[in-house]
Amino acid sequence: MAEKMQLNEVEVWDGNMSASQALRQAQIDVVAAYPITPSTPVVENYGNFLANGYIDGEFIMVESEHAAMSGCVGAAAAGGRVATATSSQGFALMVEVLYQASGMRLPIVLAVVNRALAAPLNVNGDHSDMYLGRDSGWVQLDAFNSQQAYDLTLMAFRIGEDYNVRLPVMVHQDGFITSHTAQNVNPLSDDEAYEFIGDYKKVNPMLDLAKPVTYGVQTEEDWHFEHKARQHHDLMTKIFGVTQDVFDAFEEKTGRKYNLVEEYFMDDAEVAIVALGSTVETAEMVARKMREEGIKAGIVAPRMIRPWPHEQIKKALSKVKAIACLDRSSPNGALGMLYNEVTASLYQGDNRPIISNYIYGLGGRDFTIEHITDIFKELDANAKEGKLTTPLQQFIGLRGPKLSFY
Amino acid sequence: MLEIRWHSRAGQGAVTGAKGLADVVARTGKYVQAFAFYGSAKRGAPMTAYNRVDEEEILIHEKFMRPDYVLVIDPALVFVADVTAHEKDSTKYIITTHLSKEELIESQPKLKGKEVYIVDCMQISLDTIGRAIPNTPMLGALMKVSGMFDLEYFQNAMKSVLSKFPQKIIDANMAAIERAYNSVK
Repeated sequence: MAEKMQLNEVEVWDGNMSASQALRQAQIDVVAAYPITPSTPVVENYGNFLANGYIDGEFIMVESEHAAMSGCVGAAAAGGRVATATSSQGFALMVEVLYQASGMRLPIVLAVVNRALAAPLNVNGDHSDMYLGRDSGWVQLDAFNSQQAYDLTLMAFRIGEDYNVRLPVMVHQDGFITSHTAQNVNPLSDDEAYEFIGDYKKVNPMLDLAKPVTYGVQTEEDWHFEHKARQHHDLMTKIFGVTQDVFDAFEEKTGRKYNLVEEYFMDDAEVAIVALGSTVETAEMVARKMREEGIKAGIVAPRMIRPWPHEQIKKALSKVKAIACLDRSSPNGALGMLYNEVTASLYQGDNRPIISNYIYGLGGRDFTIEHITDIFKELDANAKEGKLTTPLQQFIGLRGPKLSFY
Repeated sequence: MLEIRWHSRAGQGAVTGAKGLADVVARTGKYVQAFAFYGSAKRGAPMTAYNRVDEEEILIHEKFMRPDYVLVIDPALVFVADVTAHEKDSTKYIITTHLSKEELIESQPKLKGKEVYIVDCMQISLDTIGRAIPNTPMLGALMKVSGMFDLEYFQNAMKSVLSKFPQKIIDANMAAIERAYNSVK
């Protein structure tokens, strides 16, 4: 029986340690992993806990991320609680198996420490890997700081393993900015955390030899469409309710409130930034300052990226006059993902704000208070003029002459 | 908000020092951040680490800062790194060196007119810990210069931060902190 770890009421943990501790407390049956920067410490810490007697489950070191996710798929199909961690190139190598995991409806938890994709090679944080995963059929949750990385990793097990969901869940955090920044974290005790997640509930386990089942079958034009449609149906109709219930239960236990779409100062905001990751917190700080200067600034931040919380986004932005959608991933020949999603959601509502797109922070480029202040000022001008006063898509924080399109 | 920038070489313990400081400060109910610039750093490469301390939750995630304190824990970095980058009028410098303050400032005019403190963290860590790990002595010097915590409180807090190490190492670090506290000038 694994030893319990004595934790302080306030720990100073970086995002990687927060993810590792949540994985340890979940009493996982199998972790198959292949470490990669900047998520390496998630796996390293986990191995350390195992070696020191804090973990009962299996820890399988494999030869690649493709094998890591394959091991997770096998163990999850066999009927165990399963998790792993990765970043960037490792995430890219996992992609084939990510679709297998979601298609087989296996509730695996994947801690993704977001990092840029090569080439050129870069170990720092942006959202390229997160965006790469968005059609994979996984649930994607996004943490803005270390505390949230801990909380959401715990909650991911309960969400994915819910009988109505049975889908794998990614918990994202920003490489280095979150993963290597130590901050105050209030953890649950080992008992409280495990009690919150609950025992793993097996559904059609392969190791139940009295009831043989098969996973990963072939379906051609006869049934493939129906399987994909069922998965999409569940993503569109079942995940939001289950996730909000888990968020509510977590709030009751810890006092920490989570929403499918987080809103800051949106009650009376006239201009808003839509963003993901650690940028949300810096932007919250800047919004406070802008309000002192008379600009009614707000922030809307999807806590859940997939499935896309269409209704909540529409509601959150139903009153603003100008919006900036901030994408930390190169769209490589299109408008950014957040711009496209937000615009599509708002087009179905009554509000017709001016919406612009900013590409920022690629490969870990620092995104500063000054940048965010400039964006709010441009939004304020858009709101006052009632039309776009800047190009539609702008690169911000880029060296050299200003780059913009449309 | 109090902001601190460390100049170090990878492997000298700036990240551990920054995290140790964050750990001690968090125990007093304040909010903290400790982080570093990495990249593909090799042992010995110049690097920077950072601390933020505030009474309220710290939301800022930009790397940019105008530091209140600059801690230089490798004696050569004051000559080759941009230790005065983004300084304020009130920025205080604590620099590891075997030179006198006059010699140091004369060789580095960028420090002229600045509030500069010197301490020989290298010699102190070699004498007490037996290895060139200048991070804990620097924390001792910071306590003296900043008045953040008194020596005894800080040593006790560091003892619990270092609790996973053998007693011999803890004792050596305590001696290093005390000597730096008393010798920084």
